[in-house]
Amino acid sequence: MQAGRRPLVSRSQLAWTGTLPFLGYVGVFLLLPTGIVLWDAVQSSSGGFDFGAISTLWSSSTGSFFVNSAELSAITSVIGALLGAVLAYAVASGNPDGLIRRLYLAGSGVLAQFGGVTLAFAFLITIGPTSGLLLHAGWFYDFPQGIGLIYIYFQIPLMVLVFLPAVDGLKAQWREATETLGGSAWQFWRYVGGPLLAPAFLGAILLLFANALSAYATIVAWENQISYVVPQQIGTALSSEVGLSSVNQADVLALGMIVLVAIVMTGYTLLQRRTTRWLR
Amino acid sequence: MTGVEVSLRGLHRRYGHVMALDGLDLTLAPGELVALLGPSGCGKTTTLRLLAGLEDADGGQVTVDGADITHVPSNKRDMGMVFQAYSLFPHMTVRDNVAFGLKLRRQGRTERERRAMEMLELVGLTAQAGRYAHQLSGGQQQRVALARALAISPKVLLLDEPLSALDAKVRAQLRDEIRRIQLEVGTTTLFVTHDQEEALAIADRVGVMRDGRIEQLGTPTDIYSRPATSFVAEFVGLTNRLTGTVTSGSVNVRGCVLPLADPATPDGQATVLVRPEAVTVSQSGPITGTVIAVTFLGASSRITVDLGDAITVLAQLPTSDATALPAGSAVALTIRPDPVLIA
Amino acid sequence: MAAVRGLHARRQRRLNGFRYVVFTVFGLFFLLPLLAMLRFSLEGSTGGSWSLSAWGQIASYAGPPPLLSGVEITLELAVITCVVMLVLLVPTVIWVRLRVRWMTRLIEALCLLPLTIPAIVLVVGLAPIYRVIRQQFSLSALQLFWVYVILALPYAYRALAAGLEGVDVKTLSEAARSLGANWFTVIWRVIVPNMRQGVLNAMLLTGALVLGEFTIAYLLLYTNLQVTLFAVSRGTPNAGVLFSTASAALLFAFVLLLILSYVGRRSGRQSERSKVSK
Repeated sequence: MQAGRRPLVSRSQLAWTGTLPFLGYVGVFLLLPTGIVLWDAVQSSSGGFDFGAISTLWSSSTGSFFVNSAELSAITSVIGALLGAVLAYAVASGNPDGLIRRLYLAGSGVLAQFGGVTLAFAFLITIGPTSGLLLHAGWFYDFPQGIGLIYIYFQIPLMVLVFLPAVDGLKAQWREATETLGGSAWQFWRYVGGPLLAPAFLGAILLLFANALSAYATIVAWENQISYVVPQQIGTALSSEVGLSSVNQADVLALGMIVLVAIVMTGYTLLQRRTTRWLR
Repeated sequence: MTGVEVSLRGLHRRYGHVMALDGLDLTLAPGELVALLGPSGCGKTTTLRLLAGLEDADGGQVTVDGADITHVPSNKRDMGMVFQAYSLFPHMTVRDNVAFGLKLRRQGRTERERRAMEMLELVGLTAQAGRYAHQLSGGQQQRVALARALAISPKVLLLDEPLSALDAKVRAQLRDEIRRIQLEVGTTTLFVTHDQEEALAIADRVGVMRDGRIEQLGTPTDIYSRPATSFVAEFVGLTNRLTGTVTSGSVNVRGCVLPLADPATPDGQATVLVRPEAVTVSQSGPITGTVIAVTFLGASSRITVDLGDAITVLAQLPTSDATALPAGSAVALTIRPDPVLIA
Repeated sequence: MAAVRGLHARRQRRLNGFRYVVFTVFGLFFLLPLLAMLRFSLEGSTGGSWSLSAWGQIASYAGPPPLLSGVEITLELAVITCVVMLVLLVPTVIWVRLRVRWMTRLIEALCLLPLTIPAIVLVVGLAPIYRVIRQQFSLSALQLFWVYVILALPYAYRALAAGLEGVDVKTLSEAARSLGANWFTVIWRVIVPNMRQGVLNAMLLTGALVLGEFTIAYLLLYTNLQVTLFAVSRGTPNAGVLFSTASAALLFAFVLLLILSYVGRRSGRQSERSKVSK
């Protein structure tokens, strides 16, 4: 390197290129497919642009799809978040190296992935009419209770995975300082613990919500294209909600979902900024 | 604001098989600052936490201002505590942090804020009132923590190694400030630390602890100059360990005859503890050796002298004298005939 | 004066009581469907009898499609996905922490996206891409790893970021570089060993994900474990095998996650007494 020559661009300005492999990968396998879907949604069959398809978003059938999906997702996210938070607190307040914590974390890791096929089967044989465990619940086929219960089954582990780090971040000194200053347990949660965990909690709800929305679409799509032996009744109840007649319409639906998700994710990242600063 | 008397009697605390506190007795006079000094695991923090009520004693009694508070919950003990680190509430401003204890006591907002600002002025941080913890330096954070603890006018002030997490320079500054504020406010204070310089510098009395008990409780001068046990002598300040022969009440260390702190020591070989300041340069001294290092400490210097057979001794002398003895020079030493301890 | 013995002992007992209740209730809730599956898989041919035949059949079930091949493919996929995920994410996470901290938000957001974009959406967009892959690379189901890495991002990224928390990346890398290490050495031999727990967690969550993935594989017309299970469920009256395989997959992932939580130092949080206040 010649002495005295200044590079045109400083090394620190170029540092971001270190993330190019990652960005490239995500670009090809995540952003590109999403882009393709969005593109298709506004294409007409003759090759030009057709934004008319977007109007189907407001049609009664797809409209009710969104409303139902949003309703189901919202309810299960809130319930899942509350229950998951309680479980996360129980795990966090124990021995950090203990067996219980490991068991519940391992379980959460597995059950958060526990998807449609096996989960639906499992639930059906647990409380469906053919239940060997005699826990038959007639309401299982009603919407939204039945499927809501299945949702909560994977929302709670997801909540634990997402929220536990925040609860872990609550320092013992804050509790002790509140105590010595004269605060009761209630006052601690009201003025210190609660406010500190609130952004993380809300962020987690948003995440659960977005996750539930995407799961719903999957289930619905299944019901349309394939017929199961087992969760038939759930399937027919759901498929009557949406008429996915054309590929284009599916793309439009997808477009609607992506917009919804984008809004949710923005809210989530904004909330995260506060959390990470406090609870690091 | 005048202080109250605090008395700890027969405190016991065990964790599993470990006896953290083994019958500890300690009384703090009103307005006194007592420092608990000792290595980690000696029980000093446990003592503090028991006094604060953050842990339960397995036995013993805690009395404050004449009232037995052994079974009073921590949030009713009216004590102010400063933790080692991370104790400020990150979601509140400095002012709100300081006012928090008053808020818990349902004081009105104007009154709270007035008092908070008063405390901030006491610690010299009024300009930072609107900031958040992460925007302050470590030293500033601890000052806020102190202000917060004092805002509620506590009966007792508890400091759990408040300076340990800070830089050396900040530590020294803050140490003196804490003492100044404590004297001004007059609250009885218990200060826990593992740094003997800190303890000796600011305390009215120092309690040196080991294995759950207080080995010696006395003024800093007493602890330093008249250590009661070899543990105290070696923990506080530097000590030379030299071999000597004990004969009926005195010990001969390499030609110097020294009186014994404990005249009943049995005759024979023993390891004698001698402070560097007691080792002086003398033309006719019986101990001879070569200087191998000179450590400049400001007004005084410490020289390391090699006496042969791999034995070295530390001597402390005024720097003006030390300049005449660079490394390599031969030197003769003698030991001042103060009573010495046997290890 | 009535003795109010051991206040903290009482509070600890109350907390423990709370914890026991919580763990029992949730434990039952989560275990019930799983136990139901397990029981189903152990049923014999005549009502009321027990048999392990369904488990034995995991290996021998000839299909169509053969169960074992589905298991094989998924296991291989899990390994490949883990490796690719680590190679892609670990250097990125470390690099961002070291040199481009301002990109953290962006990377985090990108890594969370897969959690929220429906599989259906993704598949529609992936179809043309996979067409290219089938043409240019290979027809094998193992090509699914490309998209599985994306699906694993939300979990793996969090695990790695958490694992990097307690590590002073800047100081370590500067120390290593001053001793003459190149960047590869810094990452592989200095930093990664200090985030072992995070790496393990990321691997296990990825593995669990691959073991459970159905939608994308199915819609892209590949065969993996879950797809095979699904085909079995439609094609056979023998539901036992279905449940035994599903149970086995779950158990396997769970035990793996559990065992590996013991391997690897627990990444110590350096702040004093930072355990959650009780």
